[in-house]
Amino acid sequence: MLDWLLEPLGFEFMRHAIAISILIGILCPVVGSYLIVQRMALLGDVIAHCVLPGLSISFFLGIDILIGAFGSGILGSFIIAWIRSQSRIKVDSAMALTFSSFFALGVTLISVLKNKLDLDSFLFGDILGVTLTDIQRTLAIALLILVAIRLFYKELLFYTFDPTGAQAMGLPVNVIYLGFMAAITLTIIASMQAVGVILVIALLIGPALTAYLMVKELHHMMGLGALIGVFVSLSGVYISYYHNLPSGPAIVLVSSTLFLFVLLFSPSQGILIRPSQNRSTE
Amino acid sequence: MLEVQQLAVNYRGICGLDRVSFQIEHGQLVGIIGPNGAGKSTMLKAMLGLIPASTGVVHYCTCPLHQQLERVAYVPQRSQIDWDYPITVWNVVMMARTRSLGWFRGAGRPAREIVKAALERVEILDLKDRRIGELSGGQQQRVFLARALAQQADLLLFDEPFTGVDKTTEAIILDVFDDLRAQNKILLVSSHDWGRTLTHLDRLLLLNQRLIADGSPQQVMTPENLHEAYGAALRNPFHDTIEPTLFC
Repeated sequence: MLDWLLEPLGFEFMRHAIAISILIGILCPVVGSYLIVQRMALLGDVIAHCVLPGLSISFFLGIDILIGAFGSGILGSFIIAWIRSQSRIKVDSAMALTFSSFFALGVTLISVLKNKLDLDSFLFGDILGVTLTDIQRTLAIALLILVAIRLFYKELLFYTFDPTGAQAMGLPVNVIYLGFMAAITLTIIASMQAVGVILVIALLIGPALTAYLMVKELHHMMGLGALIGVFVSLSGVYISYYHNLPSGPAIVLVSSTLFLFVLLFSPSQGILIRPSQNRSTE
Repeated sequence: MLEVQQLAVNYRGICGLDRVSFQIEHGQLVGIIGPNGAGKSTMLKAMLGLIPASTGVVHYCTCPLHQQLERVAYVPQRSQIDWDYPITVWNVVMMARTRSLGWFRGAGRPAREIVKAALERVEILDLKDRRIGELSGGQQQRVFLARALAQQADLLLFDEPFTGVDKTTEAIILDVFDDLRAQNKILLVSSHDWGRTLTHLDRLLLLNQRLIADGSPQQVMTPENLHEAYGAALRNPFHDTIEPTLFC
């Protein structure tokens, strides 16, 4: 068993893959918990698609992709908020239209600007191609976001639970909203390399949702979610190594399997456990 | 003193509130009544700047209210809250201390004492570690009442606090209102159906987009005023719930 675990560590690309798995395994569920409790789970998917035009432009200009991707993701979330506030269009329609438009613009720009951007690895991730620079970038983003959440936890809790109440008390809700968008966009950029933009939503939502079924406090959801996140992303990498499967989908499938298991068997919420509990209390 | 002048709200061309003006002295419990869609919630929200007012000013103690929001406790309608949120009763009430604790600071002993006292006052201290979704409607309303108490505000706005609550909770809410009034606070409470609780009010505002009547419950609840607010089809909507003497 120990050999099974240690053998992949002999390769540098696997050490990198494992390092980034741990980082995004912690970061994604923490940020994803906020998405879930605000019923904005799909926003993660939307922003993930919205970063493409920025990526393409920064490739073309030769600047750090972080800058382009970040600007583009934030712009997408602003446009959604703007459409919502200026018309009676509901948020789901505004999101659907915005992300598909941004994605189309991104694909067009890649072609027009003749980028050498590998669309395949952008979409599905390439965890085995992670470099030391990628890891450093992800580590910096993860530290920044986790420290910010720790510092502003009570304000964020208030805002996500009762935004009207938070505004009524005079908390700077617009700044908090902007901070959220920035955190989500950065998390997606940090995870893009590993699982790709199509599947990053699964890592944002899956482990945190699994934890949600078992806890009664947001910070427990984040803590347990992070543990589950590390477990599923490491499992995915190992399964992918030993069975020659694509790593992004392997991570997501482990996460979804675990969620299904907890949904059926969780002590308090499990679908298959609940009826017997009810019988015993009757 | 709370002073509302010419407060109006227009939402995409639809009039939500039509130039409402009134003043409330300290130590007054004032009710707002009116049919569904009369603008009761809209008025409370516009007073706090939660939705933009097209005209009007709201002053508290001669300064604009929106510059001193830490002195206001606002209790939203129960339906506006996501009761599946993973949070315990204790932490909801602790939110009341967010502003007074300030940035980067956690709850110390004084904050915990205040929260504990508030929970004790509304008789749900034993439920403090429960997830809010596990509570009954009345208990949920009491959590928010405790949050308003723990904020130690001078001006308290309640949106439909009596909707879907049990008799025990109703009695506790009214009792707390009496306490707060005795502490010289200003209370403004909306309800679409006051029933017998009308007798507790110092004053009543009858609203249907515009302010139709303002005075003691006896002065306001006249057939003429009700006819104007509710229309001919609902000439006497309080028939079963209001004591007949109030109509005289």
